[in-house]
Amino acid sequence: MLGEGLATSTAAAEPGRGTKAKAAGGPEGRRQEPLRRRASSASVPAVGASVEGARRDRLGSYSGPTSVSRQRVESLRKKRPQLLLAFISFSLLFPLRLPMSKSFFPWFGLDIGGTLVKLVYFEPKDITAEEEEEEVESLKSIRKYLTSNVAYGSTGIRDVHLELKDLTLCGRKGNLHFIRFPTHDMPAFIQMGRDKNFSSLHTVFCATGGGAYKFEQDFLTIGDLQLCKLDELDCLIKGILYIDSVGFNGRSQCYYFENPADSEKCQKLPFDLKNPYPLLLVNIGSGVSILAVYSKDNYKRVTGTSLGGGTFFGLCCLLTGCTTFEEALEMASRGDSTKVDKLVRDIYGGDYERFGLPGWAVASSFGNMMSKEKREAVSKEDLARATLITITNNIGSIARMCALNENINQVVFVGNFLRINTIAMRLLAYALDYWSKGQLKALFSEHEGYFGAVGALLELLKIP
Amino acid sequence: MAECGASGSGSSGDSLDKSITLPPDEIFRNLENAKRFAIDIGGSLTKLAYYSTVQHKVAKVRSFDHSGKDTERDHEPPYEISVQEEITARLHFIKFENTYIEACLDFIKDHLVNTETKVIQATGGGAYKFKDLIEEKLRLNPWCSGWHFLFRNIPHEAFVYQKDSDPEFRFQTNHPHIFPYLLVNIGSGVSIVKVETEDRFEWVGGSSIGGGTFWGLGALLTKTKKFDELLHLASRGQHSNVDMLVRDVYGGAHQTLGLSGNLIASSFGKSATADQDLPLFFLLAKSLLHMISNDSLDALHSLDRVYFGGFFIRGHPVTMRTITYSINFFSKGEVQALFLRHEGYLGAIGAFLKGAEQDNPNQYSWGENYAGSSGLMSTSPELGPAQRARSGTFDLLEMDRLERPLVNLPLLLDPPSYVPDTVDLTDDALARKYWLTCFEEALDGVVKRAVASQPDSVDAAERAEKFRQKYWNKLQTLRQQPFAYGTLTVRSLLDTREHCLNEFNFPDPYSKVKQRENGVALRCFPGVVRSLDTLGWEERQLALVKGLLAGNVFDWGAKAVSEPWLVDSYSEWLQRLKGPPHKCALIFADNSGIDIILGVFPFVRELLLRGTEVILACNSGPALNDVTHGESLIVAERIAGMDPVVHSALREERLLLVQTGSSSPCLDLSRLDKGLAALVRERGADLVVIEGMGRAVHTNYHAALCCESLKLAVIKNAWLAERLGGRLFSVIFKYEVPAE
Repeated sequence: MLGEGLATSTAAAEPGRGTKAKAAGGPEGRRQEPLRRRASSASVPAVGASVEGARRDRLGSYSGPTSVSRQRVESLRKKRPQLLLAFISFSLLFPLRLPMSKSFFPWFGLDIGGTLVKLVYFEPKDITAEEEEEEVESLKSIRKYLTSNVAYGSTGIRDVHLELKDLTLCGRKGNLHFIRFPTHDMPAFIQMGRDKNFSSLHTVFCATGGGAYKFEQDFLTIGDLQLCKLDELDCLIKGILYIDSVGFNGRSQCYYFENPADSEKCQKLPFDLKNPYPLLLVNIGSGVSILAVYSKDNYKRVTGTSLGGGTFFGLCCLLTGCTTFEEALEMASRGDSTKVDKLVRDIYGGDYERFGLPGWAVASSFGNMMSKEKREAVSKEDLARATLITITNNIGSIARMCALNENINQVVFVGNFLRINTIAMRLLAYALDYWSKGQLKALFSEHEGYFGAVGALLELLKIP
Repeated sequence: MAECGASGSGSSGDSLDKSITLPPDEIFRNLENAKRFAIDIGGSLTKLAYYSTVQHKVAKVRSFDHSGKDTERDHEPPYEISVQEEITARLHFIKFENTYIEACLDFIKDHLVNTETKVIQATGGGAYKFKDLIEEKLRLNPWCSGWHFLFRNIPHEAFVYQKDSDPEFRFQTNHPHIFPYLLVNIGSGVSIVKVETEDRFEWVGGSSIGGGTFWGLGALLTKTKKFDELLHLASRGQHSNVDMLVRDVYGGAHQTLGLSGNLIASSFGKSATADQDLPLFFLLAKSLLHMISNDSLDALHSLDRVYFGGFFIRGHPVTMRTITYSINFFSKGEVQALFLRHEGYLGAIGAFLKGAEQDNPNQYSWGENYAGSSGLMSTSPELGPAQRARSGTFDLLEMDRLERPLVNLPLLLDPPSYVPDTVDLTDDALARKYWLTCFEEALDGVVKRAVASQPDSVDAAERAEKFRQKYWNKLQTLRQQPFAYGTLTVRSLLDTREHCLNEFNFPDPYSKVKQRENGVALRCFPGVVRSLDTLGWEERQLALVKGLLAGNVFDWGAKAVSEPWLVDSYSEWLQRLKGPPHKCALIFADNSGIDIILGVFPFVRELLLRGTEVILACNSGPALNDVTHGESLIVAERIAGMDPVVHSALREERLLLVQTGSSSPCLDLSRLDKGLAALVRERGADLVVIEGMGRAVHTNYHAALCCESLKLAVIKNAWLAERLGGRLFSVIFKYEVPAE
């Protein structure tokens, strides 16, 4: 069954994406060894016994599902995705029992957002021969599966370019992998967890994001899994501070744009965040949260807005008929938002000097679309561009306001809205600089959307 | 003139609008006398302001020369009435959709005489597209000056919106101090301005996501292309079908986290996954609305007064509801969103004021003309066509320049908390029904009286009929929307009637009646004074009070009024009279005839004899059968001729006749003639006497003053009497001494 899952998902992987995949060992017979637990600790057998016992009990309870839960299971089964079947494998392997889980592989951190699930996986590279010997076969296979593929099913993707190499975590050396898949595939994922007896070995799962709450019950009733729910903002801060501290394979994690408005001269330059505090952290996911961070443990959520990445993508889908974020961005890159937006100069004929508003500033987003003629004159690309500009400007202006109020001058923008979204980043950089008269600096981070998941992983490992 | 109305209406694709043919004289009234214009062309609505003069008929009274006419005196009226033409200034504000702009501007150009003398002021976005009409770019922020102007002149301009109360509008009494405050202007975009003084304000922030975004996106995403209709859709839509709410992200667990599940986590976040078959038309509009309303909150500072303006709000309940809810939610109840009845006009008013500096509009007091103004939400799409049809897509505001500046009575205990009206009919549905019916039923009589007051006029009947129609319509509007003109009160109903009568040139339907009654009463005066003088002191005090109370029925008044008195502090008053005299009494007179002559004047005479100075305040203009200042001067003169006490008091300025600045049967102590206020201060008035139902019961019954006061009235309305726990003709005698 496990092999089947692996095969299916591997086969479904998009061919173009797997170029950098590296082999994690030669072909091995799968499922040849019986499932075994690592026996490196005296307490383990006891734990194992209790797990076994618990499992049996729970299995008993599953033997007669109510019609309601069966219905639910059926409906979920129909939606069974091609993706991520491989993740089931670790369900067979997890020996984790918080808090004494430190050294039990595999190490995962999960961030279930409104749109995307972000998963980080630590691949140990310092496995000793003895460990290798002890290691159950499934653990090996999942490691191999995750690290040798870049796409899982049709929707799961590993961001290979973000992989952090030779990281030392909890005394172990290894690589950190970054994987994402859409949140709407979550129920199917849980269902697979049930099918594959996910719970038999792994009873606690470190997850953050709203989905940790939303799916908690499903994890429990369907997957028989106890989620360890973590606060997403705590995780976010932990994650960003950690990732910044380890750098990006020798390069700087943090960067900024010089001459962001000038497409010829615009340069992405590394930024050394040596004095991280105070910091305004703007997390642009489906929605937006803005945090003021004063130290590792001292931060507050200043505000937020519901106009975030989800708004951009949602509106783009409605306005242009596009179906993916990438497509939306690609369209936006070819559009002209000034056909859609009403600029200050469209209204005032020039600058609105009294309030220091330049003529090129947007006075009314989508304001030109009030007119029938102009509606007929715009392309889908223009609309996509305007949507992007609208959402980005709005976030920028709220961020600026917060920075001003909190008296903070470095603003770090993170979140998956910024993924492959140079237009938005450059606009944020420019807008922040312009409106603050050079007082504020917009900073970005290479691992933009994964900090929550990293934070969850750190929580799992109890790394402070 | 008909052209504009026709082309204006015809250019709209809306079938509802097509069916409306507005008489253009209702839209661009008094254009021939228009002196200057201001135009505020917004993204969707054009606001036009102009200053014009109105020729009114006013009834003037003039003393006869009585020398040598003594023989005929008993049959002669005490003075003559002449109807004169008077010219008063009026501000006209009109708001209409931009579709009508060409037609309207053409119309205006065609009707302007002496174009070279007129100045067009323009503000707002579109203004610059009409450069040929503009002399000067407007630099000053016009909203603020517009708002300050309204703040000073329209008592119930600001309101809060309360979703679950009936009606949803709660009007605020204007505080004496307006600064500092925050203005959130939601037009095509959003501007947030912090205003610290009349001319010191700061742009705090803004957003390009505003009404234009709503409209533009709405037009792209739905089949609806008109702003009002989009809002209409929005009010029916369920935004949770499109927006990703907190509960979508967190499931049911949001409660344990202290989050409201209805918070929007990601606007439009769901549409990416939404089934395309969903009836998005409804859903999107509301989602957009939430997005804009939520978004304008981010820059709010810790100011407790936050006014929301801009065309986007436009009195739309769904918008106000969302804003109020969001503001309340995000400020944890600390900030209350305030809306303005005339928010759409602020820019135009400000632009106009800037251009009209020569005319010093800010040096005068202005009053909203209820007859010429459309009420709040007259163009709201959320009302049925029936209510909307009358003013259609044109919304009007007219303000009359008052002859004298109005100020607070210096004797008010706490001006910010003073509310003139006793019963808020917006609040009290039962009372509202009663009074609206009452005014409807009285309408026939008023029409008859109006016709009868002008026997020589050929078109009196026709005009009276127009008056009937207009006032009837106002009453019907108020039945549907009691909040249309601010807090609905008996006073506002009475004032509206007066405005409507004036509108059709019935300046003073009671002039003849008053003239006759004053004549009769004057003839009785010597006898009444003689008989009062025969009474003992204590008896006389009671007789004087009864005379004040009975008003129109002096001698037998005591029998007619219902005993015991409903509110009776007469013994305290009598006790007080045994003490030292008051320094100066301010008396607000009520009716003409017996009331003023045989009730008030003997009372005044007694006060004068005690050594108390008297300021007798009468209405500046006519209202019902109330004595006007002009009439009071003649009456006083005639009484002085008969009575040496009054004569010497007038000569020595111990008796002063002043005008209130009002033409209402009721009394607003926060809007009184500046001269009166100065005199009250100068003379150190320490007693205020307010008489009559209109002034002492419908208004001021609860007014707290910082000196002694006497409020007297006979309840001449069975329903009200019963409500107050008494019978018809119950007596209110309320003598109040402020707490130490």
